[in-house]
Amino acid sequence: MDTSSLRAGQEPRTKRSLTDRLFPSLSGTALAAIFIATLLFGFLILPVAKVIYVAFLDPNSGAITLQNFGDFFSSALFRESFFNSFYVSAMSVVLASVFALPLAYITSRFEFSGAMVIQSLGFIPLIMPPFVGAIAMQLLFGRNGSFNLLLSNYGINIPFMEGLNGVILVQSVHYFPFILINLSASLRNIDRSMEESAQNLGAHGLRLFRRVVFPLAAPGYLAGASLVFIKVFDDLGTPLLLNVNNMLAPQAYLRISSIGISDPMGYVISFILVAFSVFSLWASFLLMRGKDYATTQKGGGGLSRRKLSTRENVVAYAIVIAILLLVLSPHIALGLLAFGTIWSYSPLPDGYTLENFNTMFGQSGAYIKNTLVYAGAAAFLDIVLATAIAYIVLRTKIVGRKWLDYMATAALAVPGVVLGIGYLRTFNDFNVPFVDKPLASWWVIIVVALMIRRLPYALRACMAALQQVSIALEEAAENLGATRSRTIRKVVIPLMSGGILAGFVTSFATAAVELSATIMLVSSDSDAPLAYGIYLFMQTPSGRGAGAALGILAVVIVAAGTMFAQFIIDRERKARTGEH
Amino acid sequence: MNILRKVLLASVALTTIASSVAMAGEKLVVVTSFPKTLTTPFENGFEAMYPDIDVEVINKSTSSSVKYIQETATSNTSDIFWASAPDAFEVLKGDNLLIKSGVSNAKIPSDVGGYPINDPDGFYNGFAAAGYGIMYNERYLAAKNLQPAQQWDDLQKAEYYGHVGMSAPSRSGTTHLTVETLIQGDGWEEGWSKWKFIAGNFSNVTERSFGVPDGVNSGQFGLGIVIDFFGLASRASGFPVDFIYPETTAIVPANVGVIANAPNEDAAKAFISYLLSVEGQELLMLPEIRRLPVNADAYFNAPEGFPNPFDGSIKASVSFDVNKSGDRYNVVNSLFDVMITYRLDDLRAAVRAVQLAEEKLGDKDNAQARALIAEARALIAEMPIDEAKSLDPDFSAIFKKKRKAATDVIEGRQAEIEQQWDAMVVANYKRATELANEAASLL
Repeated sequence: MDTSSLRAGQEPRTKRSLTDRLFPSLSGTALAAIFIATLLFGFLILPVAKVIYVAFLDPNSGAITLQNFGDFFSSALFRESFFNSFYVSAMSVVLASVFALPLAYITSRFEFSGAMVIQSLGFIPLIMPPFVGAIAMQLLFGRNGSFNLLLSNYGINIPFMEGLNGVILVQSVHYFPFILINLSASLRNIDRSMEESAQNLGAHGLRLFRRVVFPLAAPGYLAGASLVFIKVFDDLGTPLLLNVNNMLAPQAYLRISSIGISDPMGYVISFILVAFSVFSLWASFLLMRGKDYATTQKGGGGLSRRKLSTRENVVAYAIVIAILLLVLSPHIALGLLAFGTIWSYSPLPDGYTLENFNTMFGQSGAYIKNTLVYAGAAAFLDIVLATAIAYIVLRTKIVGRKWLDYMATAALAVPGVVLGIGYLRTFNDFNVPFVDKPLASWWVIIVVALMIRRLPYALRACMAALQQVSIALEEAAENLGATRSRTIRKVVIPLMSGGILAGFVTSFATAAVELSATIMLVSSDSDAPLAYGIYLFMQTPSGRGAGAALGILAVVIVAAGTMFAQFIIDRERKARTGEH
Repeated sequence: MNILRKVLLASVALTTIASSVAMAGEKLVVVTSFPKTLTTPFENGFEAMYPDIDVEVINKSTSSSVKYIQETATSNTSDIFWASAPDAFEVLKGDNLLIKSGVSNAKIPSDVGGYPINDPDGFYNGFAAAGYGIMYNERYLAAKNLQPAQQWDDLQKAEYYGHVGMSAPSRSGTTHLTVETLIQGDGWEEGWSKWKFIAGNFSNVTERSFGVPDGVNSGQFGLGIVIDFFGLASRASGFPVDFIYPETTAIVPANVGVIANAPNEDAAKAFISYLLSVEGQELLMLPEIRRLPVNADAYFNAPEGFPNPFDGSIKASVSFDVNKSGDRYNVVNSLFDVMITYRLDDLRAAVRAVQLAEEKLGDKDNAQARALIAEARALIAEMPIDEAKSLDPDFSAIFKKKRKAATDVIEGRQAEIEQQWDAMVVANYKRATELANEAASLL
């Protein structure tokens, strides 16, 4: 903004020479990189550092020390927690892939009439409202949930939800859409001519899939899988609600948020979570290095689709329905909870009613509006930032560009409560002009927190999308005389639109139900989002049904918002490619 | 991109509308952990009495509230902190974030059930009391053919294995008081031993204190150790649950205090006076709130059968030593987490092995097995530190929040000590399991 207004200003000569001297050879992308780096530093690194530096302080003397890290590794409990977190993350990636691969394969490989249903329902598991989601899962799969109560007639009890297994099940159900969405976007972007060439050269069936399709789709799969891995590694809510304490994130949270205790180990663990996430990301980069997955032609639009015979269709439907039933079971249970009267130690609620929705609508108008504004604004900013970062990292030679990616992704590993406290600590003395409020208690800070926390989701999707765009297309555009910014606008972004949409969807859907950072930052009831409303309902026994009703409403709103976004992008894409 | 731009414009417009909130009259900002069902009747009653004052309630969990007030202290916008756990108030008081309101009410006695109602230093007032007890799910117990436990001791019985839930004292200030009450009542060794054998029957240690009534309501576990209003309010909402006060219970006050540099200190004081008046206190007896008034006069119009801690209809435990509790507050929390919360699987395995061995033993005369079981029990009960150590100020300072002065030097680190405890209890639970299994194999 500054440079363009300076150039258009009335005293261009003196000002320009000054800027030229200050920023000798800064292109637009370099300025954008500096701007993003400053933003990430101010709203992520600095606030988190203000909280986490405790990890490096000797609690007894206040001197700088590494002793706390020594304590971490000499503690049996922490070593066990580290191992458990790693094991659960790896297993969750495996199980999530088992859910996602068939769905992605069936929709992109065959002419399957249920494809639309999968695309629409497949991301819903990501929208797991706080508290009520876990209660719903317990009511269905818990030790005395519907399934086990029915099975108890035969003397069987399956421990779906006990210990680490429960965490793996819930996490993979919850996060598998990361793989599904990113992998589907990748598969759709594969050029049909690649597949046809392979077929002409004699590759068929599995070999075709293994040697051509899968490598071409690998960026999307890896983007999704690394998100699942890191997210599960850092996730707090699920293990806490299943009362599994022996993992890293709950250990950090329990130690940071206990009343009156501020044990440095909580911050040590937070630091290790951040460091490990950056490490995993770097590892996934190494896997991808030196492989060129971009394809130049953009006419084909995905793999060729084979028609299914009737029998094959039945099999495909059976597989899809089975997977969808499993991954949507938390939401089915949530629906039962919202429409049910009393549900206690029985396979189904005692009766059905609309009363919960009545109670909920009476009190939740502001929450819904706030959520739409916050999550919408945060997700929009996320895709803008993510597209810019992806472009800078993959297409420019700016020094230290990879660190933009590492910084943004590190947000994944910062516990919400740490970010919340960091914001209060950093921005409380900073008064916003005109509003005359500390920045920390202005509602915009909630948008910023959501934006930072959900940026990694959008970023992974945009990176994968840009990796599939061949640089030759941009070079061609520039050869034809397009400026760089025009090339980005007219060539790069349209080609990335699938990935950008995937980023918007995941950011929006998950921001809409975020609670851990927002609960620290809400400074007045009228600024509160929907997740906070659920929290309020869930404080009282009578609020359980109403909380579930608000959870259902959240799912519906997010689903509608996502479909709307999908509709817009699809329409633009069709208008562009001339498809009907 | 045009459409994206429109979406952005629309969202900007929406947010502008959202932020232009009309301001009217004086504002009283109340930070609280209480649910809306409790705060709303007081908000309405107070606003009816003072039409010029607009009460704004900010609801956060207790620990978030404390952090929020601490972090916003430099430009504070909140007037009142209103929550249950006295320890949260102690933390704020220690940070000089509360002021003495000077408000009192002659009808409020100095203590309830041995626990002082008001802060002796005058920084916060107790406004309601609540007693701990056992909540149970009737359907669950009927299906499992169990009778509800009547006393704390009953919860140790083998028949309740896997059926009990509780929150951790480090997560919930009121749970902490229950743990401390039992330890003070039975003595350090005996009290902790009882907690460990009760915990051996745990299905879960929940992260939130509300997780316990939730778990009982939905039938995840059959019995929960909860505060009375959770149990009774659940019953009032139609869940098939009920609540029992054991013969000796912990009665704890819920509190209110004025935050330092409150923008509207006078209104804050008026609010506290209203809370303590008979009129305000009577609101506590509403079925959806159901807490015990501390103003003895409020009981004149109490509903039939409403428990009254001042006439002996709830018995409180032996007098509660607040200083003792305060001195070792964090030590007790940490011990509970290390020995029970984080090692629940190991503890359960050991306790179950003992229960099964004892069941096999019955009245049989097998001295060797009996001795092995006794040894296993002793190993489970063994404490890493004795009571004197827990009260040693140098030792408990290791677990304190912060050093009082930069020159203070404290020997030892919490993580180091917890690792020693952890190694000890894990080894003990393992050995106890082996001994109990050995005893069972002899029978």
